[in-house]
Amino acid sequence: MTMSEVYINNKLSGEIDNPQEFVQQFREERRRSAISHNANIFLHAITQDVYIETMKGRARRPLIVVRDGRSMLTSDQVSKLERKELIWNDLISKGIVEYLDAAEEENSLVAFTEDDLTPEHTHLEISPLGMLGLCAALVPYGNFNQSTRLNAGAKNQKQAVGFYAANFSVRMDMDVSIMHYPQMPLVQTLMHDIWDYGKHAAGQNVIVAIMSYKGYNMEDAIIINRGSLDKGLGRSTYFRPSTAEELRYAGGLVDEVSIPDKDVKGFKSDKDYRFLEDDGIIFPEAKVTEGDVIIGKTSPPRFLSSLDEYSIASSTRRESSSSLSHGEEGIIDFVLVTENEEGNKLVQVRVRDSRTPEIGDKFTSRHGQKGVVGLIVPPEDMPFSSVGTVPDVIFSPHGIPSRMTISHLIEMLGGKVGALSGRFINGTTFDAEPEEALRKELLSLGFRENGTEVFYHGETGERFPAKIYVGNMFYLKLKHMVANKMHSRARGPIQLLTRQPTEGRAKEGGLRLGEMEKDTFVAHGASLLLKERFDSDKSILPISEESGVIAIVDEYKKKSYCPLSSENAVISYVEMSYAFKLLLDEFKSLGIYPKLILESKY
Amino acid sequence: MTDELFAEYEDKLPKKVLGELKENIPAKTAKGKVREIMDTAVKEYKESMADPGECIGNVSAESIGEPGTQMTLNTFHFAGVAEMNVTVGLPRIIEILDGRKDIKTPSMEIYLKKPYSQGKDIKELAYSIKETLLNDIALEFQINIVDLSITIKLDRELMRRSGFTSATILNGLKRHTKSYNVKAEGDEIILKSRSKEAALNSLYKDKEKMKEVHLKGVKGVKQVLPVKRGDEYIIVTAGSNLLDTLNLEEVDPTKTTTNNIHEIADVLGIEAARQAIINEVFGVIENQGLNVDIRHIMLVSDTMCTTGGVKGITRYGVVSEKSSVLARASFETPIKHVISAALVGEVDYLTSVVENVMINQPVPVGTGLPGLVTKVKVK
Repeated sequence: MTMSEVYINNKLSGEIDNPQEFVQQFREERRRSAISHNANIFLHAITQDVYIETMKGRARRPLIVVRDGRSMLTSDQVSKLERKELIWNDLISKGIVEYLDAAEEENSLVAFTEDDLTPEHTHLEISPLGMLGLCAALVPYGNFNQSTRLNAGAKNQKQAVGFYAANFSVRMDMDVSIMHYPQMPLVQTLMHDIWDYGKHAAGQNVIVAIMSYKGYNMEDAIIINRGSLDKGLGRSTYFRPSTAEELRYAGGLVDEVSIPDKDVKGFKSDKDYRFLEDDGIIFPEAKVTEGDVIIGKTSPPRFLSSLDEYSIASSTRRESSSSLSHGEEGIIDFVLVTENEEGNKLVQVRVRDSRTPEIGDKFTSRHGQKGVVGLIVPPEDMPFSSVGTVPDVIFSPHGIPSRMTISHLIEMLGGKVGALSGRFINGTTFDAEPEEALRKELLSLGFRENGTEVFYHGETGERFPAKIYVGNMFYLKLKHMVANKMHSRARGPIQLLTRQPTEGRAKEGGLRLGEMEKDTFVAHGASLLLKERFDSDKSILPISEESGVIAIVDEYKKKSYCPLSSENAVISYVEMSYAFKLLLDEFKSLGIYPKLILESKY
Repeated sequence: MTDELFAEYEDKLPKKVLGELKENIPAKTAKGKVREIMDTAVKEYKESMADPGECIGNVSAESIGEPGTQMTLNTFHFAGVAEMNVTVGLPRIIEILDGRKDIKTPSMEIYLKKPYSQGKDIKELAYSIKETLLNDIALEFQINIVDLSITIKLDRELMRRSGFTSATILNGLKRHTKSYNVKAEGDEIILKSRSKEAALNSLYKDKEKMKEVHLKGVKGVKQVLPVKRGDEYIIVTAGSNLLDTLNLEEVDPTKTTTNNIHEIADVLGIEAARQAIINEVFGVIENQGLNVDIRHIMLVSDTMCTTGGVKGITRYGVVSEKSSVLARASFETPIKHVISAALVGEVDYLTSVVENVMINQPVPVGTGLPGLVTKVKVK
């Protein structure tokens, strides 16, 4: 008989005669807590090699141990658990529950439910929900979905605006929002209970109608009732802190938080500093807009050499205040003056901005059905049902068939029943209230069994020929808000090196007309339009006709000379892009003489 | 009667269009109606022509490139059964447009002359074209270190099937066995080294060489497959050797072709290569169910063949043929191009698009092309 190799953390550690027996014994010892519960063992079915893993970073999940087709977790123990006489760690040390990693799972047969158990099974799923992660378990009726939608739904929940921390008012988190009126979802899963979702909810229950509305909800957009917004739907507050530190520099120089003097280099204007108090810091509840200084600060000159004995020290200090950047506005919420680890004075100021949903803000249901607000409709123009309900949100029917998010539809049904009967609906994945029961209950509540209702046009009052599917859903506001993203530029800052417009919203940059976009101009033969689009860095340079290099023009002496040829060279002015001038300079640095041969254009 | 009318349009419309019109206009049509039709045809024809200054290269590039992006996503890149794979899809297009010398799956389509094209001896003919190496019919090559000999064990069954005898094999081996004493024993060939001190090294090298000894068929043709195309039999091959194939008596040299563009250029000339590129690229695009006008591909093919040899659309190929230093530099490896241009003092006359975009001047296409000439009155 051949020997089996044993690997501990992928290192060959020895050989054994009977791998099956060895692995079995290892597991027994582990269940007896003689071996650490963190170790996993795996027997390779073909090579009969044994792999033992104890390293960190393995994804492991708990399963109930099964012996002879019977679960080790007895009803007696369950009731003890309920009475808190037993805790989770007891289950592990008693060998009732064990954690398996991906490799050891290959050696086991896991039953989905206790009814499925056969003598071959080695483990039992604690709950089918245990297969899912925390966020995926928050999706109600998740077992009715395609897995990609479940992923999207789980991902979206992480981006939802909610009540992220109870001490938010004293925190200085960057780029966070707090939802004003978060609610418990009407359709819940077991995970909502376990996780105390009600204590940090991140969404609201709204009435959703699945229908089109003048095409403003095409391509995943949603339509929101302005009446609902006025009542507080989707409202949040956005916080953005800014920080200033009194840094110490070599030579005993320090930054200073104060209102800058007028002779400081880079002094803005008195108007920009108007909110600063005597300590150079803004006061709370000041209403600020772009350009306003929040913390006044001056720094010593950048280079010590410029601070020679003849200059006056104070005049060379630089302005280095923090101010609101382009497009920002808000109210000063919180001012903090403290000291950091190095003992430097640290000033933090938090700006708050109240955000009512606007066109372009992103919303989502819990099923990966995200979309931006396409239109905000006055309540009087919203369609209404025969019993007078007006939807808060209108969702496009085109989002459903291709994505097959059945759970979205069932949640609407469940939410409707929940709202009408005044209870929470259990929508736990694999273990939910059946759709059938919901339909029956809805019928008994005096509504159509299939969730549709007769609807009327909000503007004309006409009855829609089709019945509209309406229900209550839990909607989340995502942290991507247009106010933080919207950007345009007609003129603005340019880069120092290339003299081309800067890039990115933060720098008020331009939107690049790239190479392929350029090709479209060329293909249309729009040659002169193309030239015009690309003259953001147009410059007119003096060129020496003789040597073909860039000449120097001394306006003061009214003299021009060429670096290569004789004085008083013939100079012509040539229009070119500044980037090309840079290219010529680059050539020169390679030791190449880029000579421009000039001739008359006409 | 209407013939005179058609004759009037002979220099206004291409022959093919004229022929089609002639065929499709009913004979009894009134003369005025015919004239109306012809005038409309002329108008349509003129409108479909490229305007002076139109940037056709750019339009071609976009027209091929855009469907190309879709091709990467949803294709099978190979077609055919196990041993007769042919590269198709995007890899094939890249292969052609890059002008690669060694293509992944060279293949020929051999058309045959009359009796054979009807299926006469088609199997035998195909097998006679297929290349047979010594390795193919040998079971084993052995080196005997003691008496410095090589023993080649032959497969009787295979030999019988492909019509070899020990004698014919020895004949084929002749060139490689000069320094050996050759002896055939049953289904074994024993080669004994003549020199006593022959190194084992050289013995091994000779053995490896002998594996590759060509015994029969067209060199390079690794696999043959007779298929019926339309109402005639052709032979599809894996591996390509156009020159030797065309020399075969049974082969119809007017139709036989290969998918190796460079081989076509060498054997049949550059015009044939140009047409081959068009056929191959268009074949792939059509195969993918995409819709690209053949004229775009013709332009690409023209560009590749315009120097008289097949040049790929790469920095070594057509791009290196560009007259403008700046245009070449802006494509790939700029410093290399700039320095080599500086060494010989090249002048860039700024006659093309890229250079003019770089220096921010109107590009010489479309509205940027025409110049205005006026006489200035000197007072």
